[in-house]
Amino acid sequence: MSPELINLIIQATGESLYMVGIAALLGTAFGLPLGVFLATSRKRELFAAPAINRVLGIVVNATRSTPFIILVVAIIPFTRLIAGTSIGSTAAIVPLVIASTPFIARLVEAAIREVDGGLIETASSFGASPIQIVLKVLIPEALPGLLLALTLAVVSLLGYSAMVGAVGGGGLGDLGIRYGYQRFMPEMMLAVVVVLIALVQLVQSAGDYLARRVNRRLRQR
Amino acid sequence: MKAASMNAHQSLAIGQKIDRLEAISPAARNADAMVRFEGVSKIYPAYRGKPGVNALQDIDFAIARGSITGVIGRSGAGKSSLVRLINGLEKPTTGRVIVDDSDISVLAGRELRLAQRSIGMIFQHFNLLSSRTAADNIALPLEIAGWAKADIKARVADLLALVGIADKHDRYPSELSGGQKQRVGIARALATRPSVLLSDEATSALDPQTTRAILDLLANINRELGVTIVLITHEMSVVRQLAKEVVVLDAGHVVESGHVADIFTHPKHPITQSFLAEVIGDSLPVSLASRIVSEPTAGGQAVIRVQVRGAGAGDTVVARLARELGLDMALLSARIDEIGGQHVGSLTLGIPGGEDAVTRTLAWLSQYQLSAERLGYVA
Repeated sequence: MSPELINLIIQATGESLYMVGIAALLGTAFGLPLGVFLATSRKRELFAAPAINRVLGIVVNATRSTPFIILVVAIIPFTRLIAGTSIGSTAAIVPLVIASTPFIARLVEAAIREVDGGLIETASSFGASPIQIVLKVLIPEALPGLLLALTLAVVSLLGYSAMVGAVGGGGLGDLGIRYGYQRFMPEMMLAVVVVLIALVQLVQSAGDYLARRVNRRLRQR
Repeated sequence: MKAASMNAHQSLAIGQKIDRLEAISPAARNADAMVRFEGVSKIYPAYRGKPGVNALQDIDFAIARGSITGVIGRSGAGKSSLVRLINGLEKPTTGRVIVDDSDISVLAGRELRLAQRSIGMIFQHFNLLSSRTAADNIALPLEIAGWAKADIKARVADLLALVGIADKHDRYPSELSGGQKQRVGIARALATRPSVLLSDEATSALDPQTTRAILDLLANINRELGVTIVLITHEMSVVRQLAKEVVVLDAGHVVESGHVADIFTHPKHPITQSFLAEVIGDSLPVSLASRIVSEPTAGGQAVIRVQVRGAGAGDTVVARLARELGLDMALLSARIDEIGGQHVGSLTLGIPGGEDAVTRTLAWLSQYQLSAERLGYVA
């Protein structure tokens, strides 16, 4: 494989990591509070607001059931508003964040709901405010689950990021389609797939390791 | 001074209800009550097709400052609702719950959270944070109360020593035994120097030896720190070992309350009697029960059960009865235990010599205010 092609792969990998990294960061920034709220706002819960909970649930479900490629195209005007353009890696981050936020929110919700309700009651009984309960009890107790959720979200984002190539987003998926598929370069396709596999492995292993590190529930002596 | 004026004010406000309180509970006579229920009921409204529940009705009793009071009842009697009313997690449907001279049932938000810091609580399943070490679990209520880091550190070290697990400072709950976890729970509950410690079935998940050790620890804490302890339990053995006062709950009502010794030497309500039976046993050994017949047999014995109640009541009964009546009686079965310093139990005697001997025995027993009944006859 020529140095030019290798350079292309390196550049595309950089673009992918940039898109996924920023999207994961923003997706978590929006998804974590949203997920915590979804997990604590049903009737009789910490931030009980059943009506808002239902509305947010519907919005989250609607976003999640829209195929990603359609979402990308559908929100082009919004993307242009936010990023100033609808083409390129930076523009691609907008649909990635919009797709990953509800995904992360649902994963966070599930992880938070795993926390024993008795702990919420315990903290309330010694006078903790709802915010203190979230910060000192729910998030620390759910941390192993949250880290695994985040890992899953990053892996999914890698997959999504390959799709934004179709609308000029750049990255590994774009490279694979243009060179590997449209120019009939099977070695390029293979290289892209290998890099993606390696990235997913790396992310998953790192996530598993961190989740194990913070999990004190089944700690080995 | 402040407490006194408060009480006077409350007396005015609740009027003649005071009379009723006195009639019900000796503890209520103590003007300086730590926890007081005044005409409390708790009704959970119907929800999603489930019918409403009258969890508590007409609850009037007081828990004296510095006492150890057991609240005993079967599951569903309303114990959990009662606890949640004391620590303000639930509001009464009617009536007031006064804790440490403030009406916790009207507090909300920040005021409620401040009041809750003077109420510690320990739980059946410990409810420790798995992500925090023993020390950090104990620190949690202090962090919530906004203590400075250095103060927290010193206080946590004291508390770990107090509950006897100073060496478990950096251990996570998954590395501790049940008894050690409950010690962490107790230290955590005491962290903010509460005036009341609520124990919600705190020993129900522990083995008998550990239960005893934890109850001893609670007794020490009551003695040394003067913390009022409220023991919520379904286990008679817990009340017997630790409590001086008892409130018996059944189907949302207080059916009896008072000194442990008084209540259990003369239990009136069937539920109280059934709790007592758990300790002293009210059934005869199977081998004896199967031999009892309803008609006298030639050369056989009459079976008489004598109830033993009160200090020293059972001590010399058998010997004196045998000597004074000249009967070679048999001791068929006996069980005597001590509750609140009073003997409680029963003796089952076999009386030979026909109807005349039985009549004389019963007369002799009633002369000493010992209640007895004839169960039947054995060969």
